[in-house]
Amino acid sequence: MATQTIAAPASAGAPKERRKSPLAWAKQHVLLVVTFLVFVFMLLPNAVILWMSFNSPAGKFNYTWNKFSLDAWKNPCSNSTMCHSIGLSLEIGVVATIIATILGTMIAFAMVRHRFKARSGINALLFLPMAAPEVVMGATLAALFFNTIGPGGMGFWTITIAHVMFCISYVVVTVKSRLAGMDPTLERAAQDLYATPTQTFMKVTLPLVAPGIGAAALLAFAISIDDYIITVFTAGNSETFPMYIFGSVQRAYPAQIDVIGSLMLLGTMAVIAVSQVLNQMRAARKK
Amino acid sequence: MTTLTEAPAPVEERAPDRKPRRNWTPWVLLLPGLLWLTVFFLIPILTSVSASVQTGDYDDGFKLTWHWANYRDAITDFGPQYYHSLVYSLLTTIVCLALAYPVAYFIAFKGGRWKTLLMALVIVPSFTSFLIRTIAWKTILADNGTVVHTLNSLHLLKITTALGWTVGNHVLASPAAVVCGMVYNFLPFTILPLYTSLEKIDPRLHEAGADLYCSAFTTWRRITLPLSMPGVIGGTLLTFIPAVGDYINAQLLGNPNTTVVGQRIEDLFLRQTNGYPVGSAMSVVMMVGTLVIVMTYIWRAGTEDLL
Repeated sequence: MATQTIAAPASAGAPKERRKSPLAWAKQHVLLVVTFLVFVFMLLPNAVILWMSFNSPAGKFNYTWNKFSLDAWKNPCSNSTMCHSIGLSLEIGVVATIIATILGTMIAFAMVRHRFKARSGINALLFLPMAAPEVVMGATLAALFFNTIGPGGMGFWTITIAHVMFCISYVVVTVKSRLAGMDPTLERAAQDLYATPTQTFMKVTLPLVAPGIGAAALLAFAISIDDYIITVFTAGNSETFPMYIFGSVQRAYPAQIDVIGSLMLLGTMAVIAVSQVLNQMRAARKK
Repeated sequence: MTTLTEAPAPVEERAPDRKPRRNWTPWVLLLPGLLWLTVFFLIPILTSVSASVQTGDYDDGFKLTWHWANYRDAITDFGPQYYHSLVYSLLTTIVCLALAYPVAYFIAFKGGRWKTLLMALVIVPSFTSFLIRTIAWKTILADNGTVVHTLNSLHLLKITTALGWTVGNHVLASPAAVVCGMVYNFLPFTILPLYTSLEKIDPRLHEAGADLYCSAFTTWRRITLPLSMPGVIGGTLLTFIPAVGDYINAQLLGNPNTTVVGQRIEDLFLRQTNGYPVGSAMSVVMMVGTLVIVMTYIWRAGTEDLL
């Protein structure tokens, strides 16, 4: 707070703050309390997942606390179907991310760097997959695959095709915003210094856009790995991890699912923490 | 290069070299991605519009017979489902906005050095599969859990049951649980755009409002709220659109009386024999309905540039 209001009238603003302090103080605290409660609401399920991963469920379903146990953590893959489905989800996620990132980045470059006709039509085509209800996209794709390759041929590739389809738009949006916010004078400077178009692209443009492309790839991967609705329509007999979880609600819900849920959270937090530390180290070195 | 001879001035030396590239490069870049979207998004949607007026069965195949009665079946047979989808998603959008605004406001203006951390906390839960997190609400709202005990001891559960929000002494398997799950799932989608537009507002405008003897509320109403409208519209759209199509929460946290359109479509496509034409008709109805609501909203809000 203090660092934010440094601007100019720090000394002039301070007494005014103090004069209306009871109201401002109360208001600040109402906001604080509401924010705190909403954060509890948002983080509670993750805490519950971590807590329940140490449970030894009394029946088939790990919904209520019974007694402490490390069993699920010791053999997370005791259920081979589950780990199989995780493997399939990861494979689909990686392949779909690579294809969607390449196709989406190409579109983003064309949209930002070039003038051409039919721009609004293309914008609509890119916007619609983000706006159409997932169940509609899933159902219509299912109809297409039923009619062309038949239910027997559906599996890894049909799921991947569907994931690429709904990830492209998100990649375009992410890369586009990075490209649009880029300083165009930098590329002009490179050209003034006799860089060829290829050199300009490889040495100036790409490094500057790379964080946007990276963010887009992460987003695409996160969306792909978490998708249930479109996947269930295009999966045929294959089973991805979200499909396994959904099916478990009917069959049996082992504590191992909560272990995987906890690992996903802890893994992400570790990655964020490491990148933060690296960023700070880089900033410190620059100083 | 042949055009070089026709070039009027040598100053324009680079122009003939650039012009053909400018014409073709964008299309080479656009083609693969747009082709993908056309084949796997646009054509299926159009196919399903055609499928929605077909008749037949899986053994003999489906034929285009302009059987408009599919639409009558799709609308009249599933009235409660449309009603549930609409009510739950509208309710979710309103509750999300009411919860997200104070949070986004707090992070943007009072967050200080904790801003990044707080925004990370909004996103971090999303990295655990949303299905596992939704199922965790089964534990939180369980009959012997704290939430049900608290509501019972405050005699609130009787009131909510009388209102039809909960069923008997349970919170689970009720409309309240479905909306709770939906709000939980879509809240980050409301917070993110709200935060982005609030964060852009110069905090000195608040000081200016206070200097001109505005109360804190008037400052918010006259300055902050109008400036944050793009975030409000973006956030509500990002919440409403996926919420209409969502059936995961209704399936996992609801009961047979809370079914939504998505559940019926999935059922018709994947489990019912010969449900394919009526399922397609339902998809079309849902898509057109969503589009009409969203377009009306955008038009009323007057921000076409959102597209």
